Amino acid sequence: MLVAILAITALATVFGLLLGYSAQRFHVEGDPIADQVEALLPQTQCGQCGYPGCKPYAEAIVKEDEAINKCVPGGEATMLAIADLLGREPMALAEDAEKPKAVAVIDEQECIGCTLCLQACPVDAIVGAAKQLHSVIASECTGCELCLKPCPVECIHMVPIEEEVTHWKWPYPVRESLADAA
Amino acid sequence: MHSARIRTQLRRPLWRFHGGLHIPDEKGLSRNACIQDAKLPKQLILPLQQHIGAAAKPLVQVGEQVYTGQKIAEAQGYVSAPVHASSSGTVVAIEKHPIPHPSGLSAPCICIETDGKDTWGERPPELLDYRNLDPSEIRARIRWAGVVGMGGAAFPTSVKLNPGSDQNIHTLIVNGAECEPYITCDDRLMREQAGRILQGVRILRYLLDVKRCLIGVEDNKPEALEALRLALAESDLKGHTEIVSIPTLYPSGGEKQLIKILTGKEVPSHGIPAQIGIVCQNVGTVAAIADAVLEGKPLISRIVTLTGRGIAQPQNFSVRIGTPFSDLLEQAGGLRSEGAKLIIGGPMMGFVIQDPRVPVTKATNCLLALTPEESPDPDPPRPCIRCGACMAVCPMNLLPQQLYWYARAKDLDKVQDYHLFDCIECGCCALVCPSHIPLVHYYRYAKTESWAREQEKRKAEHARRRHEAKEARLAKLEAERKAKLRKKKAALAKQGTGAAEDPKKAAIEAAKRRVAEKKAARAKQGVVPKNTRNLNPAQQRQIEAAEARRQPMRSETQRERE
Repeated sequence: MLVAILAITALATVFGLLLGYSAQRFHVEGDPIADQVEALLPQTQCGQCGYPGCKPYAEAIVKEDEAINKCVPGGEATMLAIADLLGREPMALAEDAEKPKAVAVIDEQECIGCTLCLQACPVDAIVGAAKQLHSVIASECTGCELCLKPCPVECIHMVPIEEEVTHWKWPYPVRESLADAA
Repeated sequence: MHSARIRTQLRRPLWRFHGGLHIPDEKGLSRNACIQDAKLPKQLILPLQQHIGAAAKPLVQVGEQVYTGQKIAEAQGYVSAPVHASSSGTVVAIEKHPIPHPSGLSAPCICIETDGKDTWGERPPELLDYRNLDPSEIRARIRWAGVVGMGGAAFPTSVKLNPGSDQNIHTLIVNGAECEPYITCDDRLMREQAGRILQGVRILRYLLDVKRCLIGVEDNKPEALEALRLALAESDLKGHTEIVSIPTLYPSGGEKQLIKILTGKEVPSHGIPAQIGIVCQNVGTVAAIADAVLEGKPLISRIVTLTGRGIAQPQNFSVRIGTPFSDLLEQAGGLRSEGAKLIIGGPMMGFVIQDPRVPVTKATNCLLALTPEESPDPDPPRPCIRCGACMAVCPMNLLPQQLYWYARAKDLDKVQDYHLFDCIECGCCALVCPSHIPLVHYYRYAKTESWAREQEKRKAEHARRRHEAKEARLAKLEAERKAKLRKKKAALAKQGTGAAEDPKKAAIEAAKRRVAEKKAARAKQGVVPKNTRNLNPAQQRQIEAAEARRQPMRSETQRERE
């Protein structure tokens, strides 16, 4: 009896120490699962999910059990990828349907050079200085629309990206199957 | 001579690739039409991207006079090709124009109004003594000439001819199989210009330093085989070049299939033939290489077949790149019926175009006009019955059925596990499918969707880095601001009386001291405030009332001080 108690106690101590040691030794900064979720998000930092960026949303999904269907730019594909990663049930997208890709364009006639949009842009895709004309670097713009609201003269517009041969995708085959029709 | 004959007659062991289909070749419509020079069109439309890789960058401006063979757009990056003016004239526009593409979209093109004189510009020297040149110089010439794979893929040839020194290339395969039904442009080229092809072979042999060369031709082109054999017998290439007649079986003209037939080797999945020591070139490409090296002529024309029962007189034309198809249709007697379907490429791998004004590019080998009887609209698809017919015919040995399920379910990871990107889109599976499922369409959808996702992922990663950089910058600025503030505070504190005392209190004390000193100085001079002398009783009362109000406050501050 005593031997058993001693043995179990000894084992518990040894494993406890081992666990304690490894917790210190192999300590991981941040949340690796949140990082994985973040990697799936489109990084537009648009805040349309209600969080101030992709990382906060990813952390909310992992820690606070937030819904996975809130990423508007990511659309269905992102939702499915997150569902797959976390083993959660896929859900229908929030009311906003997937939008066509667009970039912000500043109307040069109206821009007053207030720099408010510069501060709002999460990816530094707008160049300009106080009382100088601002301009969007189209190739860096993620289409997050965060610059639209701060503009006091409403001179920023979203322009859909024109479809080009190099980016053209074969459409999903429309199935006019007999079984479907029936 | 005698032994050479025997050699060509001896049957070389051939291998068979998996699957494949015997389909009516329909080449009889146009196989006997000699190559004719098509008329110079009034306007040439030259897309800046006629090849795989980056689009070329225009070198000319609107209104500029250009000459035949003049380089009008420069290659951008390694995998790219320049574009040359196909005839002399004036650049009238650099704008978007419909191009031959399944999307039907427009792309940037240089439009040249031809002057009909076809005046050649300056041409680089003929490299007749290429054997004394370094292979890289020959490659540079081929790159300058804008030669791309003319079998349909349009991959820049100079890149393909530079497999790297670590690859030991031992075999050159020249692809004259032309396995797609209807098309006869390579057939006519081999029959009429076999010598030109062999000249190209000679250049490539030196360039790649290969031991042997195999020219594979399907046995439904006996005249082409004969012409090549005759030309070979007269040349100095006999020792190491072989014309091989291969059985007609679609898609034997696929690069990987032809390699398997001729050598028995398989190109690794996701790999290229150079990995197994083989380089494969289409006969048209080889002829274009001969032109570029021996004549200093860039790729400005190609042979195009116009055929199908919807065309009045099926033809093989030698066409300037950039000629609109509508011009060629006119020269082939126009369309027989209104309802003809226009297809660029063959019936198996080609795509339907709506606008006949699209131009001939370096990759277009055929324009088909098919009557509704020839190409009836497919029946609506029915559910897959898992019969496995697609699997039996797949020349890449894939599982088309599984690919279909996962492509339909948009499962882009799973579909790649089943080697979607090894699919050559030959169309065999869709042709045999008893349920008429547009299988290739599903694969094309899955491929382009996968590429798009891949690109989006890269973009997202880029955006994330930029966002992090901005956050870091803002944090740094904030930290700097705070540090500055701290410094200021510290400086103020030092100025104050006690090092430990609050600077505000010190300032107040200093002010009180100043007032007291002033008062004392005035009292000394005998100056007293006037408002405390000669008061009437009303004023006296007011003062007393005010004093009474102040009294409790004073005592309070007194207590606090204590």
